[in-house]
Amino acid sequence: MANALDPHAAIVTEATGLLSDGTLKTADGQPLARALARSSRRARRRAFLLVLPLLLFILLTFVVPIGQMLQRSVKNDGFSANMPQMSAWFHENPRGAEPDEAAWAALAGDLQAAAKARTIGVVGTRINYDLPGTRSLFTSAGRKVRDGLEPPYREAMLEIDKDWGNPRLWSVMREASSAYTANFYLAAMDRTRDDNGNIVQVAEEQRIYLKLFMRTFWLSLVITGTTFLLGFPIAHLLATLPMRKSNLLMILVLLPFWTSLLVRTTAWMVLLQQQGVVNDILVWLGIIKDNQRLQMIFNQTGTIIAMTHILLPFMILPLYSVMRTINPSYVRAARSLGATSWTAFRRIYFPQTLPGLGAGALLVFILAVGYYITPALVGGSSGQLISNLIAMHMTQTLNWSMAAALASLLLAGVLILYWVYDRLVGIDNLKLG
Amino acid sequence: MKRMLILSSALGTFALAAQAQEVNVVSWGGAYEKSQVEAYNKPFTEKTGIKVNMIAADNPATPLKAQVEAKNITGDVFDIETSDAIRLCDEGALLEIDPASLPAAPDGTPAVEDFIPGALQDCAVANIFWGTVIAFDTTKFAGEKPKTAADFFDTTKFPGKRGLPKNPKRTLYLALIADGVPADQVYETLGTPEGVDRAFKKLDTIKKDVVWWEAGAQPVQLLADGEVVMATGYNGRFFDAMVAEGKPFEIIWDGQYMDMDMFAIAKDSPNPEAAMEYLKFATDTQRLADQAKWIAYGPSRKSSAALVGKYQDGKTDMGPHMPTNPEYMTTAVMDDPEFWADHQAEMSERFNSWLAAG
Repeated sequence: MANALDPHAAIVTEATGLLSDGTLKTADGQPLARALARSSRRARRRAFLLVLPLLLFILLTFVVPIGQMLQRSVKNDGFSANMPQMSAWFHENPRGAEPDEAAWAALAGDLQAAAKARTIGVVGTRINYDLPGTRSLFTSAGRKVRDGLEPPYREAMLEIDKDWGNPRLWSVMREASSAYTANFYLAAMDRTRDDNGNIVQVAEEQRIYLKLFMRTFWLSLVITGTTFLLGFPIAHLLATLPMRKSNLLMILVLLPFWTSLLVRTTAWMVLLQQQGVVNDILVWLGIIKDNQRLQMIFNQTGTIIAMTHILLPFMILPLYSVMRTINPSYVRAARSLGATSWTAFRRIYFPQTLPGLGAGALLVFILAVGYYITPALVGGSSGQLISNLIAMHMTQTLNWSMAAALASLLLAGVLILYWVYDRLVGIDNLKLG
Repeated sequence: MKRMLILSSALGTFALAAQAQEVNVVSWGGAYEKSQVEAYNKPFTEKTGIKVNMIAADNPATPLKAQVEAKNITGDVFDIETSDAIRLCDEGALLEIDPASLPAAPDGTPAVEDFIPGALQDCAVANIFWGTVIAFDTTKFAGEKPKTAADFFDTTKFPGKRGLPKNPKRTLYLALIADGVPADQVYETLGTPEGVDRAFKKLDTIKKDVVWWEAGAQPVQLLADGEVVMATGYNGRFFDAMVAEGKPFEIIWDGQYMDMDMFAIAKDSPNPEAAMEYLKFATDTQRLADQAKWIAYGPSRKSSAALVGKYQDGKTDMGPHMPTNPEYMTTAVMDDPEFWADHQAEMSERFNSWLAAG
């Protein structure tokens, strides 16, 4: 007996389902369209329930944290939430208004309240982000005004520290009186605001972030290139050797892949340092003198070598999986039609490896852009990447808004490159394995 | 089902009761953690029956800040640096500690007078002093040996690579000392733009000879491998290499940079009473002296100095290895947490920009 809930049964109905009004019906007399819609709805619901755990997982571990990061990069209510009277004064008075006695009274009152609530440090830290050296101005003033202050407040505050009269400080406090600010993004691009709120470049010796963004993208490109040059022949060898030999070689590729990142990084330190194995051998062979040992680590060279090695499997594996499926008779056909081996490789073989190459290059590049521990350990001064500065803001200066702004810019950079890649190569041509 | 509920709620209450009898201490791991376990935790558990859980972090201030942000405090006692203790106290993340509640010295001196100045903060109590010092490999200098911070910067007289930490806090002061700035004027000088320029100018003179390090274990390794002939690093680490591993290193105490590590209690800590009890116990005279048996860091109480005996090997006298030794204190630069709370970010940016300039 046909079951109405079974989609197959619903379709395999007898031809008698055609009624006088022309609608198709299932065996039990229901309109076919409705039965189909119901059964496909059930199938969709079941499919959705199956992917629900993954969806929740991605939402919780990916979307929410990234959302929080983006929010943190533009929102910092350290000042606005703890200095309500000041914030209100800034909202009522336009930029350029001289602070009047009401402003000074608001400042004194807010400082006193913040000192009592022990939030004065949060306020000072927030202002210090935009105007270095002012955190102690707030905390020391907080200690002094805790027991109250006598009017006139302007004179009393200037008595505590004449820096309170600094117009730059007032300009920065105005910026901070709103919880949302683009200042962290400005700082992440080596920009700041002057006394009048105009965006200007920071002093020459303070500029660092743009330089490091450029270096991060450049080094990642170089590393992607070197992994390609080294990985392509290996992947080709793996794909063309008989199974037994290629499996053995595959283990040589995978073994380092399974070894701890730290172990591999420190191994490179042992090999490449000035008193290390490579230099020792070169000296022993007489290629270099003992006092001319090469500096191969704790600089950009070290970063490139160590990261190339660590990321190599991410290039080899997708390339290998694509090369394995390439039919050797195409190249043979090209050769038999008179192509040289170079032409056959360039026009027949190489284009077929592009999906694997694209996947490998994208993987290596994106991993390299976010690399942290290897450049920190072997990068010295010239091999530092932007991730090292993000870590610095996370753990040392504890300026998480700045870290979030830098990380968001990095994310945006990667997304833009991904988009460019999609336009040039096409993401459908990607084959990850 | 109902039985399950009863059982689980009974277990829950039991777990709560058990929790009241423990305290979570977040510290730095490694040999330092071991010294705290031996000197503080074991006798504390023996005396009070309260279990101590040690949690290791690269810098305990980071998980503390994360826990405060997430409003889910799981640690009780945090072992943090002075600058972080002051900063987090001002931000309302820590409990205030009344110095009068701390135990007096054995001779009756109140805690307020017994602790070395600066060791008692509003929300934190120091346990140890530690020094960033210069160490060199004695086998690399056949004739005259380096003696001062100025020698560290003199690559003509003492050729070879130098190991320096990759941060402004522990490099700029050394450059100024080597350039002839007296220890007590270092921060005054760093507070002016000319002073900062002066420090970077001095660093420029050895920039090409520097191997930069990031983790505390690295300078010892760099020295041991012969990658550098001189390095600055934490005195406890060098001591460990010299005494426990017999490496031919020597320490230059001139221009050492002194820091304190402090115990602080998180404001909404799950076990505040046990945490307070632990903090009082761990910072008493005997416990601070005992810690020196395990690691070469100086106790923060004056009365502990007399009780500091020998290293755990039973033969090394700890006195000459203590950063708090009066002889070394004359040229020491004390950490200025207020200065660094104000200028850390600014200096780091300039320092990194200087580094990246090639």
